[in-house]
Amino acid sequence: MNDLPKQKETTLSFEKIKKDILHPMQNHKGLELWIVFLIAVISVCGWAYYIQLKDGLGVTGMRDYVSWGLYIANFVFFVAVSLVGMLISSILGLLRIDWITPISRIAEIIAVAFVAVAGLVIVLDMGRPDRVLNVMIHGRFQSPILWDVTVITTYLTVSALLLILPMIPDLAICKKELTKASPIMKKLYNILSLGYINTPEQHKHLHKMIRTLMVLIVPIGLAIHTVTSWLFAATLRNGWDTTIFGPYFVAGAFVAGAAALIIAMYFFRVNYKLQDYITDLQFDKMGKLLVAVCLVYLYFNLNEFLVPGYKMKTGDDVHLKELFYGHWAIMFWSSQLLGNIIPIILLVYKKFRKPLPIMIISLFVLAGAWFKRYVIVIPTLLHPHLPIQNVPENFVHYYPTAIEVSVTVLSFALVLLIITVLSKIFPVVPIVETAESKGIEVKIDA
Amino acid sequence: MKEETSNNSRRKFLKSFGISVGAAGVVSSFSLIGAAKAAAKKPAEMVNLLTQDGQLVQVDKNQLRPTVTEPLDELQKRGREGIPGKSFVMVIDLSKCRNARKCMAACQNHHQLRADQHHINVLQMQDAEHTAPYFMPKPCQHCDNPPCTKVCPVDATFKRQDGIVLIDNERCIGCRFCIAACPYSARIFQWTEPKDSEKYKDLTYNIEANVPQKKGTVSKCLFSADRLREDKLPSCVSSCPNGVYYFGDRNEDAVTNGTTGETVRFSKLIEENAGYTLMEELGTKPRVYYLPPKNRAFEFNGDLLNEENLH
Repeated sequence: MNDLPKQKETTLSFEKIKKDILHPMQNHKGLELWIVFLIAVISVCGWAYYIQLKDGLGVTGMRDYVSWGLYIANFVFFVAVSLVGMLISSILGLLRIDWITPISRIAEIIAVAFVAVAGLVIVLDMGRPDRVLNVMIHGRFQSPILWDVTVITTYLTVSALLLILPMIPDLAICKKELTKASPIMKKLYNILSLGYINTPEQHKHLHKMIRTLMVLIVPIGLAIHTVTSWLFAATLRNGWDTTIFGPYFVAGAFVAGAAALIIAMYFFRVNYKLQDYITDLQFDKMGKLLVAVCLVYLYFNLNEFLVPGYKMKTGDDVHLKELFYGHWAIMFWSSQLLGNIIPIILLVYKKFRKPLPIMIISLFVLAGAWFKRYVIVIPTLLHPHLPIQNVPENFVHYYPTAIEVSVTVLSFALVLLIITVLSKIFPVVPIVETAESKGIEVKIDA
Repeated sequence: MKEETSNNSRRKFLKSFGISVGAAGVVSSFSLIGAAKAAAKKPAEMVNLLTQDGQLVQVDKNQLRPTVTEPLDELQKRGREGIPGKSFVMVIDLSKCRNARKCMAACQNHHQLRADQHHINVLQMQDAEHTAPYFMPKPCQHCDNPPCTKVCPVDATFKRQDGIVLIDNERCIGCRFCIAACPYSARIFQWTEPKDSEKYKDLTYNIEANVPQKKGTVSKCLFSADRLREDKLPSCVSSCPNGVYYFGDRNEDAVTNGTTGETVRFSKLIEENAGYTLMEELGTKPRVYYLPPKNRAFEFNGDLLNEENLH
């Protein structure tokens, strides 16, 4: 772990860490413009959703055969990305891997934003969103949707706690240091910091709670994406009717989540000038982690496509031919090659694990992960057991409409807005943990 | 339908609910409500109506009143319970289907569907490259191990004691999981405002016919559960000109042909004609049985061989 020069650290003091991390929260003009832009995007795309509400889901490209489309593919993608919170701050945290300290909060912010909007995307996809409470009133626990609702809300809650609890010491600092903050924000810091002044007693209790949550979130994290995969695997359709969907989705989620984290790390490093904290070391390590999870995902892909491809069972054959060299081949192979295989090869080399190259590679991985979900959801629905006949031409294909794309853009803008707002009101790099990990004395005034 | 053995109990059962839905099925397509409203403007206009016993009569529009139906609660309650003692089955004789599509039209009329919405769909099938093509009407299979009802998060689609799988459109949230789960592609979704929704908007929802249809909810074949309550055969079965359909009660071991009215033993019909169920390897246990398309007395006239939508 000491393979990178660390001479800069000697110049770091607790005061400097506080200043470096807190400064961009209050002095970043571009950030406010960006928030305004996101709100504008959300409002415009909100109009598209209004049209969908008024005229029905017929304004989308979905029809009786492709009855799940862009929204569900996007939902699966969001759930996948959110799993990075569990991977970084929980699994690696429990293993006491120290290079994650400066990026664990970014991972939790990503987790909270994506899983919260994932829940909303499901409502956007509903034919009768006005009846969403029926899930509580008439809920049947035999349905995987109920399991999904349960684990998503639990994961959101525990992720939010894992974001806030480790932040309590930092919030105590915010309360003191952010003198220019609005009264509302001051009140928020005051409430959330819970009177923390870093006494040994408080320190012990807090870390006990955090570790308990870190253990708790492992099964919940696994459950959230496993259950999401069961929405498909619980059906009798070619391409979905497979037993490895749970671990296959979890592996894919680690890929998408790690890529999203690297991209976010890069943007915070550059925009918040956090080069001293989110260092080359973090990118290098994340690069290695990304290779590892990509290899696991590649292994699952081999199982998922090679084995049925070898047998070419009736039903599967049409589906697989369409993926391998038919209508879906370009999307299928680019998600496999550009989103997985080529990144693995590149990231083996150290020079590609530098911040800028790895960020660009991660953009491809993340885009590949998105298209991979699209290829998982839609082609299967176009290849049912019985032929598609006596229906209009647009039932036989699926192309998302402008409305659908707009509503999807809305969900992305909402994720970015949540991430932006959280990173504006909370320090994105843990102040106290960073200082502690560098052996610098921490002092929090009452 | 053969009803001798249980006719008495059935009569009592129906009486206890006070039948007044009788005319509903026949006249729903005329929309009495709409007609009654129009009557206020145009007096002394006559309309043609079909009575229950099949007579065509002329009635003054001013005399028309909406059919008195059961209140919604009652319809919902008995719709979920089903008809006690029954176990409905359908037999489709593929050797007789000539693709007349009268079943599809009757069904769409009964359930207020557009021409491209199918509760029952006549498919052109060819099982393998060199096997004979045939026509296959495909309604909901009303599986005894239904993949669709299993996945419903709100119990909006459910299986009744008489074997029929229904949908409650007052409860459906439109998640479309059941559509994804059905291996027979038997379910449709109301993507937009349903056909004639304005006209039928005051009609009390009848779960057993799934009318009026509702935007944003799922629909599918119901074996015309509302007609079964009146001792009638399902719309598709009675409208077939070619004797393709048999419908009846597995408990009585009797099915009636919708064209000839002939009632035969269900078990014998299946046994003698090598009846089978669709995709039995999926374990769904369908209630729709097929008789193979052998000894056909007509040429297959479908355009299947020119089409590429086969697999």
